[in-house]
Amino acid sequence: MTTLRKDLFGLRDLSADEIRYILRAADTMKYILNQKNKKSPHLQGKSVILLFYEPSARGKLSFELAAQHLSANVVDMTGSIHAMSGEKLQDMGQLVDQMGADFIILRHGMAGAPRLLAECVEASVINAGDGFNENPGQALLDLMTIKERKGDFEDLKVAIIGDLVHSRLARSNIWGLTKLGARVCVSGPPTLMPQELTQWGVECYYNAAEAVNQADVILTARLEAETRNKRFMPSLEEYKRFFRIDEKLLKYAKKDAIVLHPGPVQKGIEISAGVVDSPQCIINDQMSNSVAVRMAMLYILSQIGGGFQ
Amino acid sequence: MNLLLKNCTLVTAPFDAEQKYDILLKDGMIAEIGSIAPAEGMRVLDVGGKTVLPGLIDMHCNICDPGYEYMEDIVSASRSAARGGFTSITCEPNTNPVIDNKTVVEYVVSKSKEMAQVNIYPYGSMSIGCKGVEMAELGEMHDAGIVAVSDGDEFIDDASFLRNVLQYSRMLHLSVITHCEDRTLSANGVMNEGVTSSKLGLFGMPKEAEEVIVARNIILAEAVGARLHIAHVSTKGSVQLIREAKQRGARITCETCPHYFMLTEAAAEGYNTLAKVNPPLRTQEDVDAILQGIADGTIDVIASGHSPTGQLNKAREFDDAGYGVSSLETAFALSYTGLVETGLISAKRLVDLMSAKPAQILNLHHKGVLEEGRDADLIVVDTDEFYQIEPDHFASKAKFSPFAGFSVKGRVLYTIVGGKVVM
Repeated sequence: MTTLRKDLFGLRDLSADEIRYILRAADTMKYILNQKNKKSPHLQGKSVILLFYEPSARGKLSFELAAQHLSANVVDMTGSIHAMSGEKLQDMGQLVDQMGADFIILRHGMAGAPRLLAECVEASVINAGDGFNENPGQALLDLMTIKERKGDFEDLKVAIIGDLVHSRLARSNIWGLTKLGARVCVSGPPTLMPQELTQWGVECYYNAAEAVNQADVILTARLEAETRNKRFMPSLEEYKRFFRIDEKLLKYAKKDAIVLHPGPVQKGIEISAGVVDSPQCIINDQMSNSVAVRMAMLYILSQIGGGFQ
Repeated sequence: MNLLLKNCTLVTAPFDAEQKYDILLKDGMIAEIGSIAPAEGMRVLDVGGKTVLPGLIDMHCNICDPGYEYMEDIVSASRSAARGGFTSITCEPNTNPVIDNKTVVEYVVSKSKEMAQVNIYPYGSMSIGCKGVEMAELGEMHDAGIVAVSDGDEFIDDASFLRNVLQYSRMLHLSVITHCEDRTLSANGVMNEGVTSSKLGLFGMPKEAEEVIVARNIILAEAVGARLHIAHVSTKGSVQLIREAKQRGARITCETCPHYFMLTEAAAEGYNTLAKVNPPLRTQEDVDAILQGIADGTIDVIASGHSPTGQLNKAREFDDAGYGVSSLETAFALSYTGLVETGLISAKRLVDLMSAKPAQILNLHHKGVLEEGRDADLIVVDTDEFYQIEPDHFASKAKFSPFAGFSVKGRVLYTIVGGKVVM
């Protein structure tokens, strides 16, 4: 199997084999990261531009570190975005392209922006989050973390609890998990859980306990700021009464179930303090995998011509 | 104490209306229906062949408590309800404070348990302060005892907000009750827009004000699969919209009130403020359509539409007078007289409209049917003698009615709530 791919927009576009290939590469990168000298030469002579139209701490840091570990030249253009306000995304892309960048890591508030940019540049565009559409890097690191703990995705039951409407991560995870053969059950306030999800092969439940019942993995779909707007749900108080991932809810899951959260955690609301601090909650694993996954993404895209194998 | 009702006529299925039955009430439940010999420890009430029905359940009632106790309060409303044969009433959330959080729900529930003669079930306001902007804590209120979500007879102009409420309420299996009135259309109107308003020189509220919102709400509820209940239907167009929605299989229910099929806008002649209600009394064409809707099942429920307003509020210029009618004590007799006595529907169907169907819509699964194991809420009515409606003798604080002097059948003789005779 060989797929030539210049850009990486989301898990929707990837086949199960491509996802598995990235996860395998990430394992190798993790091995490298565990060496005393973390530097590897794979991206030597290449340049990586970070173009973040939305504030980000975790995503940006992990991409930046990943590029540097691979010996690329890294330029963070986030500070210049303000100076270029008024210019179109394509203009920005062409500028970067003309200067000979090899990778553009783009985070943008509007869905589809990475695709638009990719069409007018030679550089590889990696989506670091576009609107409410996808966040492939974060989803791949979730998949990597799940794979480390659970081995395979076949027959795995994964529950996603929270805001499914405003979560690009949840969307990417749903694409990835369903492609890899996991059973995905979601639950959240009805206003934040699009019924169309059932057409993706996802099971929707109003009752969180039903979604979590006998689950192997529980993912948190963060409550975005939008939803604190009282149009979608009455209050955080009421949210936590029905959807907080706490000890009571976890009783329905399998004994060895793991809980993931992309951070930052709204402790006590999305997830109880007790669960966050419990060994079931593997947020730390997620963080340490985040750089490895991004290294794998960069590395694979740098092999254009070799493609996915 | 167990209560044995002797010689009851039962008109509901599966009973034979020609036969006489005995009903034994035990521990607040209907223990047995059949031929029962009195035994020790039983209080016996011989109803002398009168008709026994499941207690009526009112889906549209303003209790005005908390906040407007000078108009009505939980005690006076419950007495009024008992007189009118309602063993359960609901409470619109447009009180002060608004029933938009569990604390107010708990107030209504606990005060009702302590002081009311009938069951009182509050509705929760869908929005904070009935303002249609921020969603109220529907889940918390559900756990505290609300039986439906309501807009409190306010106009929710924000369709996206209503859509969210309809979606959210699905999680709680609650019906969403909406008063349908586009206030940009009804604007300064004080009665139906038509011949009478022209003759009287009063601003009118057009039918479209109701119908555009009925149509909108039906479309929204259908789109998200929610349970929508349309309050006090008053126009022919609304009946038709609901009929079509039901034919499509939408989960829509609706109610009307006795004044919408017993009176027309003509009742407002002479600037009769007692006939000032919202939605307004309409025309004969609308009355005919509502009667037809009742007969063919389009209309699910007859509610009292009890909305007290201070008596002084009625003794004013028509424009300034308050909206409302005191109807807990007249709703059953008017419906019986106007629908059953005229041969339009059977007594059994009237029980569906005023008890069985409201129980279903409000998830009151132990009520609405005369059956062993159900709650011992029932009423004994006299369907033979005519009597006159005399508002002066109402138990309600609102002692007025556009039906004063009407001769009606269907006097409530006894009201039994939870196995106890309360009236």
